[in-house]
Formats: sequence, C-alpha cells, structure tokens
Amino acid sequence: LDTVIAFEHRHYAHCESGVLSSLFKHHGLALSEPMVFGISGALGFAYLPFLKLGNMPMVAYRMFPAHLIKKLPRRLRVKYFRKRYSDSKQAMAELDAFLQRGQVVGIQMSVFFTPYFPPEMRFPFNAHNAIVIGKENGAYLISDPVFDQIQRIAAKDLEKARFAKGVLAPKGLVHFPLELPASLDLDPAIRKSIKKTVNMMLHAPPFIGLKGINRLAANIGKLHRKHAEKYIRHFLGHLVRMQEEIGTGGGGFRFIYAAFLEEAYQLLGIALLQEASQRMTAAGDAWRVFALACAKAVKREQETVDLAAIAGLLRQCGQAEKELYLLLKTLKKHKSVRIS
Amino acid sequence: MKKENVPQDDNKTYSGYSTKVVYAVNDTGGYAKVKTTGWEVEEVVLRDVVDDFMHQAETARKRVLAGQTSPIEYYMHKRFLDLPGLAAGMGLAKWRVRRHLKPSVFKKLSASMLQRYADLFDIELEMLTRFEENL
Repeated sequence: LDTVIAFEHRHYAHCESGVLSSLFKHHGLALSEPMVFGISGALGFAYLPFLKLGNMPMVAYRMFPAHLIKKLPRRLRVKYFRKRYSDSKQAMAELDAFLQRGQVVGIQMSVFFTPYFPPEMRFPFNAHNAIVIGKENGAYLISDPVFDQIQRIAAKDLEKARFAKGVLAPKGLVHFPLELPASLDLDPAIRKSIKKTVNMMLHAPPFIGLKGINRLAANIGKLHRKHAEKYIRHFLGHLVRMQEEIGTGGGGFRFIYAAFLEEAYQLLGIALLQEASQRMTAAGDAWRVFALACAKAVKREQETVDLAAIAGLLRQCGQAEKELYLLLKTLKKHKSVRIS
Repeated sequence: MKKENVPQDDNKTYSGYSTKVVYAVNDTGGYAKVKTTGWEVEEVVLRDVVDDFMHQAETARKRVLAGQTSPIEYYMHKRFLDLPGLAAGMGLAKWRVRRHLKPSVFKKLSASMLQRYADLFDIELEMLTRFEENL
C-alpha cells in the first residue's frame, strides 16, 4: 500500500543530530541541528587503542551512536518512542503500520546495505540514521539528512540495512517524539549539557577527552618505533576519515559545537558563550590543519613522515580545547540576561 | 573556518550523489550551514583505503584462479571487509569463515550458506559458484 507523508526534507551535516532536528521540527518544535547536538552533549573525544576496527584503533570525535536519541529527550524532558526488534518481518510490518498512521519514523541502518550511498562509501558501518517518510511501489522514501534530496530504497534492501549484524547492530531501531510542547525553556538544558561535556572533556578517565587527545599525540610520536611507513600512513588516514569524512560538519564536530555555543549566546545573552564559540571555531580550524598534515603524509609528499610535527599539531588542538573548556567551566557564575 | 574558505574541491566519490553540509562562520560572525562538494583531504584518505582494498582483492582474485583461496575472500576485500568484519556480518565464528576460504571446504558449502554470503556481498549466487565466468 502506498503512503507518502508530507515532510519537509532538510540537509544536515551529521546523521543523528539531523534526524532529530528534522523529526522535532516535523512535530512542531523548531530546534536547530547544532542545538540538538549541543544539548545532547554529543561532543567528545575517545581514543581506544585496544578496540580495533578493521585493524585500526577506535577513534571517535563524539559520543557513541544512539547517544543523542537517548539523551536529547531526557534532557528536554519530552516523551520519546524507541523500539528495537529481534524479528525483521515484524519490524517491517510495524514500520508500514506507522506510515499508515501518518507517523514518520526515525531508523538506524547500515551504510553497507544502503544502495543510494556512493559505492566507495559503503563501508560496514551500522549506525547510520535516517527518516522513513513513505512507501511507493514497493520502495521506501527516505529523508536522509546527509543527502540533499529524498532517497529511495527497495524494501528488501531496507530490511537488510535495518538488520545488519556486527558491531552497533541496528536491530531495527525505530524512534520518534510522542508529545512535544510548542516551545521550551532551553536555559537549563543548555547549562546542564555544557557542564557535562566540559567535565567529560577535562576530567574523564584515560583514553577519553583531553587525556585521549594527548595519549593519541604521544602514540603518534612513537609510531616509528613499532610500525612500518605503510601502517603509519593508514593510521593517519584513518584519523582523518573519522574526523572529516563521516558526517562531522567539519573539524571533527567542533564547528557544529561552535555553532551551538553561538546559538546559546543568542538565547542566553552571556558574552562568555560567544567567546567560547569563537575559541571552538579556532579549535576546529586547528583540527583541519592537523587533518591536512595527515593527508600530506598519506599522499607521500615527503620521503618520511614527520611524526613529531604531526603530534605537535594534535597537542595544539588539545591545548586550544582545554582553554575553552576552562572558560566554559565558569558559566555557572553568569546569569542569563535575555531569554527568547 | 570562514564561509568563503569552505573547500569546494568536487570530490569524485560523491559527485552526482549529493553535496555535504559543513558549518562555517558567516560575514556577521554567526554560524551558517554551507554546502560543499568536498575537501581534497577527504578524497585523499578515502582513496588510500579504497585502493588498499582493491589491491588486496586483485591479489585474492589471482589466488582464487590459482586454486589457493575461495571466491569469498575476493568479495570480502571487494566489499571493504576484513575477516572479523565478515564473520560479524555473517553472524558466524571467525574460524568458520576462515575455513570457508579454503577451496576444498568452499566447494562443499551448502546452497543456503552460499546464498547468505551472496546476500551479504550484494551479488548473485553465480558470482560465487561460477567465479571465473562472472568476473
């Protein structure tokens, strides 16, 4: 049965924050992508050398996938529907039932089984997010936030993509808001999320936050001792891919977060937030410089890779971020002057 | 990053599929979503990985034809998987997948097991069973 729900497709930088921003807007609550990203406390850093993904250590510039879907409704105190399945047939039948009811549905899917992705980007990554907005001639219509147009996917492909096995398996996740107020006082949510992010980046256990950045820098400096040039180039390329390629909005999510801080400044009128935003932009720029140096190494522009220099660039990113987190730590001393 | 400094490098990988959104500083110091056709840096690091997989696939192809490995290994590299990734995707233990790479074991695999591999690789069954004719 064909159903296509009227839905305004929007193009975003990151899949999970984009999906949430679109879904909330569809249900009558305007919340920008940076606001979603910031309030969920999605910014992060983790370097977990003991967890390997395709022979490469796990590096992440943000919190785990599905973190936003879990944290945003909680922090805004709104009711949210989430369900995972063990039976794929049941999951597909319920998806159809939601659409019949006029309900657009947020889903988790594997990029590996998603034919509308460019073939060379179809890596086994299971935690992509999109919105199903209808069904037409046996194909589903997908509002995928990292694409500029509505996409289509055959039912059998969607079923495979929703039930891919392996790390971060989607298990048919569906989600959408249940009841949303027309407007919310974002002040407490903004303050709380900034506090959480700052604490995590500054004080989390090893491998996380600034400690993770510094440990990664130290390990980059030592790569020559243990590894051949080929591995080193792959390693540096891997870091850049995590930082720039996979829906990060540039600079490993730092620019999205800077946009969040800027928007928070507009809302709360605290000058400190604007300064923090500008510093976060500078940190993002530093990450781009680091990425460029890594890419030059991958391109073999020099005979040997200057790892000390690359590690130095990474430490500068850490230092820039540290200063701005210390600044943000004093946010609690400032009263909001205008709340719109 | 300022709006006018957002790279527009026409990345080959997703040209014709979509543009990407990044956040950049606009003229008034605020933030704006900016569409980009890509940054060369992304393309360089992606090509590096893709080329590496293609090189491994090519090596595997020769070894399949020489009877040293099974077509599963060729398609594994071709679809950007390694052995742990393939095993996870199949929901099988690694040692079982490793066995399936032996030509002698591969020959005896059931049609349903081969179909599961074909589904994972998104290919027709014949591309596994009649490897040479379908390259």
